[in-house]
Amino acid sequence: MPASLIQPEFKVKIDYDKCHKCGRCVQQCGWGVYSFNERPIPDDTKCRACHRCVTYCPAHCITIQKNDLAFRDNPHWTPALRKSVWRQAESGGVMLTGMGNDRPYLNVFDHLVLDACQVTNPSIDPLREPMELRTYLGRKPDSVEVETDGNGGFHLKEGTGVSNNIQLETPIIFSPMSYGSVSLNVHKSLAMAAERCGILMNTGEGGLHADLFPYQDHVIVQVASGRFGVTPEYLNRGAAMEIKIGQGAKPGIGGHLPGEKINREVSETRMIPTGTDAISPAPHHDIYSIEDLRQLIYSLKEATGYKPVGVKIAAVHNVAAIASGIVRAGADYVYLDGFRGGTGAAPQIIRDHIGIPIEIAIAVVDQRLRDEGIRNQASIIAAGSIRSSADMAKAIALGADVVAVGSAALMALGCHLCQGCHTGSCSWGLTTQKAELTRRVDPEWGAERLTNLVHAWSHELQEILGALGVNAVESLRGSRERLRAIGLDEQTCKILGVKPAGL
Amino acid sequence: MTYDPLLERMPTSRLPSFSDREGVFGGERPAYAEESPFKIHGGCGLMGICDESGKLMSGETAIRAMAVQRDRGNGLGGGYAGYGIYPEFPDHFCFHMMYHDLAAKEAAEAVFDQYFVIDLAEPMPTRPVKGISDAPLLWRYFLAPDPHKLEMAEMTAEDYVVHTVMLINSKVDGAYVASSGKNMGAFKGVGFPEEIGHYYILEEYQGHTWVGHNRFPTNTPGWWGGAHPFTLLDWSIVHNGEISSYGINSRYLEAFGYKCTLGTDTEVAAYLFDLMLRRHKLPMELACKALASPLWSEIDRMPEDQQALMRSLRAVYGPGMLNGPFAIVLGFNGGMLALNDRIKLRPLVAARQGSVLMVASEESAMREVLKSPDKVWTPKAGEPVIARVEGMDWPIHGDLHLSASEVSCAVTGVENSCETVEVV
Ligand code: SF4
Ligand code: SF4
Ligand code: SF4
Repeated sequence: MPASLIQPEFKVKIDYDKCHKCGRCVQQCGWGVYSFNERPIPDDTKCRACHRCVTYCPAHCITIQKNDLAFRDNPHWTPALRKSVWRQAESGGVMLTGMGNDRPYLNVFDHLVLDACQVTNPSIDPLREPMELRTYLGRKPDSVEVETDGNGGFHLKEGTGVSNNIQLETPIIFSPMSYGSVSLNVHKSLAMAAERCGILMNTGEGGLHADLFPYQDHVIVQVASGRFGVTPEYLNRGAAMEIKIGQGAKPGIGGHLPGEKINREVSETRMIPTGTDAISPAPHHDIYSIEDLRQLIYSLKEATGYKPVGVKIAAVHNVAAIASGIVRAGADYVYLDGFRGGTGAAPQIIRDHIGIPIEIAIAVVDQRLRDEGIRNQASIIAAGSIRSSADMAKAIALGADVVAVGSAALMALGCHLCQGCHTGSCSWGLTTQKAELTRRVDPEWGAERLTNLVHAWSHELQEILGALGVNAVESLRGSRERLRAIGLDEQTCKILGVKPAGL
Repeated sequence: MTYDPLLERMPTSRLPSFSDREGVFGGERPAYAEESPFKIHGGCGLMGICDESGKLMSGETAIRAMAVQRDRGNGLGGGYAGYGIYPEFPDHFCFHMMYHDLAAKEAAEAVFDQYFVIDLAEPMPTRPVKGISDAPLLWRYFLAPDPHKLEMAEMTAEDYVVHTVMLINSKVDGAYVASSGKNMGAFKGVGFPEEIGHYYILEEYQGHTWVGHNRFPTNTPGWWGGAHPFTLLDWSIVHNGEISSYGINSRYLEAFGYKCTLGTDTEVAAYLFDLMLRRHKLPMELACKALASPLWSEIDRMPEDQQALMRSLRAVYGPGMLNGPFAIVLGFNGGMLALNDRIKLRPLVAARQGSVLMVASEESAMREVLKSPDKVWTPKAGEPVIARVEGMDWPIHGDLHLSASEVSCAVTGVENSCETVEVV
């Protein structure tokens, strides 16, 4: 019998007439596709179509093609499902994968369109007029209380007003990606970009490396079930803290960083021995109820002089009630991660079949918090496949305060969405700890590309606001009247609080 | 939402049943609603004038100020509110009523009879004017709450009056309360504002403060009750603009219990003022800063304590910020307030001549009315223009204890904004 029944997904084609025989492809491929014997010889079975070799081949003589094997038609048994059965029959294990859900579920964002002003109210030109994106993340009081200063002026009543909020220059932050799952250079790129853009990056669950201390005012420090790297010092360094309950790509599932990725530096940052697997339990073993969560929120606040604490959850069926509980438990923001959110490693079956779309989650959570009169008590961060400024604008119109981007940020650094993050061999040097790969990302280069991306989306958001005739993002936030649905069923429209186009 | 309504504690047996009655003119009575489940678009013109010394001026002043701005409307709505106009009844609540038919009048009067002492009831003086047709029956009443019933209701007189407004607007078919304040009145209808002014013989009234409005609705034919100003007690609001942030403004207000049923920006602005001034007790200047926020770049340059204040105002009231073009004038016993949007997308000009402060959409109005203004200026975006009549209290917080849904019901008088309010 052959070792595997599964045929390669891709074919690596080299035009040997053009090839310089330089061997660069051999060196570039993280997955060891190439061997070299007078000329590069690819092993198609290993290729993940990450295009690293294609991008770096000086002769432009490599192309990656789909291995378009014909299967007997059976829409019920797709080739992918057949391959899964073969793969599991071979391995007996849970299939792992990286990045986000790739199943063709209905994409709600792609069925929503935005409004624009014509005649009765003017659109605004963002190139000539101020167009404000500044956003405050955190709990806000119900009202503002003032005292007169005796000269006809006013000032805030002592101890009131908005405090402990984080000022963001644009409603985009980077989503949590732990040092360990991504390289230190990726973390540095994110931190530098966050500082330059006046936004935040998020440590994920792997602790904060000393090299990031200079950027700590732009860092959310995460506290996950494994508690890796969590010390009072770590908590106090962050601009805010985040309790990670769940992740959109793997709701209800813990984390597993394989020992191969735990080198000396990762081990120091995570505070675990080198080479041991870093296992994050599925639940926090001190959170079995909402009261427990409240205690942890307040412990973290007490430990830090009341810095903001957010709670990250995966968008699941009952997300509105859960989010309401989280806000009542004292969280300053709720981070909602939709089912298309990315991951460094997750069981494929979980990634592809659990959770709900972020669009729906934003809509129901925002409405629930409004119905309960507590919407001002916490900000909503929306994540889970925000692909463009259009998705961002729609998420904000549905009710999000801020969007978080992870996959798009990695893509800015070269990621091609090959879904091989769990292998630790990322050719682009992102989700790996191999020194020869991680050095491919120069933090300065990375920071510049990330900054460009954030600025580009911000400019586009300004264009959208201008077309909508408003000059501040708070006037779009939750303004579902500016959205219309095309091709969504009535029930979904109702849940989203969005009218169909034409009404 | 329930409350202890004044009426719950009183015998309601004498209250006639108002449902399904054929109007005396036959045919169907209109529901007094703005007929629109969606956002209403429109442009407008407006004016406000206040003599801060309290000296009275004729309503003709207001007519003239609006007449030169005729082009800003399309004849589908005009109106005024005048303050200090009823010196002979300074302490009575004056109800300006619109009735679709005599049955509506009888029914509304039954309510007045039951809960108030009526000191004068009379048809509103009007004169025939070309261009004005289809006027409803217009009456006015000078009322004082029945002291015994007021005591039984355990309410302030203001609450009592607003509950009556709600009762009439929501339960009495074909009756609409145009205004209900003390020593003031709203005069509005379908037509150009100068026609409406002449129709109501405004030149015979003397007031220290006047506001006026000219409407340019782009959708439905106007109805008399839908013209500006909108009022609640002695508060009146006229508005020119198109709030592009309507969607979030209305959702924000709904979270506080207000019901935005008319789909108009004016309604939203009225509730925002109620929320900030009456319920959150913000000073008028700061409420204006919340509704038309300074830019962050301006806030960043302010002195430290002002930064903290403005940042909090913006962060907290951001969802209530009125974004998009507007100019608004709020009239009340004691003065007036005019406000423009944050980047001045709608016109608002101001002028002062001695103790008289005037605002209008167009400078022509000042040139027409003020002979030699000391100063004419264009108020900066978001900078409120505030006039205070000397010696008069500012009833900013009023003696009102209403819930948001009660305010919605009272302001709009639309059936479905009163649904959750138990009126009887
Ligand atoms: S995995 Fe990437 S680098 Fe390797 S051969 Fe395939 S496309 Fe090229
Ligand atoms: S990188 Fe390109 S040119 Fe160099 S050996 Fe590989 S295929 Fe040939
Ligand atoms: S991070 Fe690397 S391994 Fe993961 S999808 Fe992107 S390119 Fe592939």
